[in-house]
Amino acid sequence: MTVHKTEPGSEKQDAPDDYVPSQRRLDRERHKRARARRATAIGAVSTLVTGAVLYLVVVNAPGWPRTQETFFDWGYAREAFPKVLEGLWLNVRLLLVCGAAVLVLGMLIAVARTLRGPVFFPLRFLAAAYTDFFRGLPLIINLMIVVLGVPALRLQGVTVDPVLLGGTALTLTYSAYVAEVFRAGIESVHPSQRAAARSLGLGNRQALRYVVLPQAVRRQVPPLLNDLVSLQKDTGLVSIGGAVDAVRAADIIVGRSLNYTPYIVAGLVFVALTIPMTRLTDWVTARMDRRRAQGGTT
Amino acid sequence: MSETPVLRMESVRKTFGGSVVLQDVDLEVAPHTVTALIGASGSGKSTLLRCANLLEEIDDGAIWLDGEEITDPRVDQDAVRRRIGVVFQAYNLFPHMTVLENITLAPRRVHGVPRAEAEARARELLERLGLGGKAGEYPDRLSGGQQQRVAIVRALAVRPRLLLLDEITAALDPELVGEVLTVVRGLKEEGITMVLATHEMGFAREVADQVCFLEGGVVLERGTAEQVFGDPRQERTRRFLRRIVEAGRL
Repeated sequence: MTVHKTEPGSEKQDAPDDYVPSQRRLDRERHKRARARRATAIGAVSTLVTGAVLYLVVVNAPGWPRTQETFFDWGYAREAFPKVLEGLWLNVRLLLVCGAAVLVLGMLIAVARTLRGPVFFPLRFLAAAYTDFFRGLPLIINLMIVVLGVPALRLQGVTVDPVLLGGTALTLTYSAYVAEVFRAGIESVHPSQRAAARSLGLGNRQALRYVVLPQAVRRQVPPLLNDLVSLQKDTGLVSIGGAVDAVRAADIIVGRSLNYTPYIVAGLVFVALTIPMTRLTDWVTARMDRRRAQGGTT
Repeated sequence: MSETPVLRMESVRKTFGGSVVLQDVDLEVAPHTVTALIGASGSGKSTLLRCANLLEEIDDGAIWLDGEEITDPRVDQDAVRRRIGVVFQAYNLFPHMTVLENITLAPRRVHGVPRAEAEARARELLERLGLGGKAGEYPDRLSGGQQQRVAIVRALAVRPRLLLLDEITAALDPELVGEVLTVVRGLKEEGITMVLATHEMGFAREVADQVCFLEGGVVLERGTAEQVFGDPRQERTRRFLRRIVEAGRL
């Protein structure tokens, strides 16, 4: 074994020494524990009070009985839940397919925007125009144009399936966002990394592939996951074309019963689907921050 | 000198915006010799090295590597860089790769060396520079001195004709400087041609065959180490060296 010369604290010391914590340390730790207990207690009380106040405000609102009837009807909720879940399967499939397509397309656009040299001018220009246009265009309008407009053309051999068209519209919009995320990542890699790659004789493309992109993608994982969470709930918008997803399934029951509870059910199901994803995002972010704090030069 | 110089510069001029960074720079580096570039920060040492590696495009003049003009616009720049190794002040290791991957990247991807062969050579070099146990580590787990030695191995892994060292000890703690300089001494004994920009005057005096003093982008004085350090001809060289001595660096 060689002697490690790392910063203090990074290596675990398992040498059994005769260290006995001093009274000062014990006092300090007792005080810290007491403070932590007090903080937890205050937090719990504060949460309870806030919850109670909110509950009372809502329940004592003049329109509460009517609202409860139309939005929180247990019977309709039980009826809607299985149908909404069935529809949700479509959202999940859309998320998987569109998510993959968005990552690929976004990466291609981002790389196109960073290409240098006059030959690539048209490509650069197109990529820039694409991101500008689709980031500015409201998703709902994009969806209407694609889902309702394309079938109206009555083109031979072009699909009229609202799911396929809706997925296409989602991919178009989200690729523009994700391309910008990737581009920000590429530009955040310090130029000295590219210089080091070039000094080793790597060509422009090789430097991008082996040195710049791996670092760029790693850094952009948290914002990418964020966009993926957003895509996940926006898959609900394909319902405007008539595809029966979770939202549409709720819509059908609402149309028949004039009770809005199914919407609440669908909303909660989306939230439940999104939470693991957001937690994953937080976890990945925290992990990367820790690595950076340790590493310094990342 | 009868042998073709490894590196030759003639009337090189480089400007950044309005400021002239290199002016009328001539340089000749014979095979198996060490050239030290000294001078204050901003005198153009680093830019000279970056120009030699084509990381910066020169405005005027010409540069030859092994007798071939590399500033000819028709020259394949990547092919030129393949023959020159560079070690940077800030190491510039790739943080997402292990030490071994850092070193074998260029041999494998640029020179087409099979993986096993590239790794064997990398391990051998690491061993020689006292980094035998570090092949699997990521750069951020190494000390500055270790990182810089890895950077040297990475530059050497492709067997360059010429090694450019750009203030490679400037970012290191004093006690880590020694381990890196020892490595450079070893490279000189192996006969590797080097050009180094440095603030370590004692080291330059010891290791360099040729010393160039730069000021304001001009090579003010050039000669053997004894001559430049022992008996500088220019008043400004003398003044610079006096300041260095006062700062306790010589």
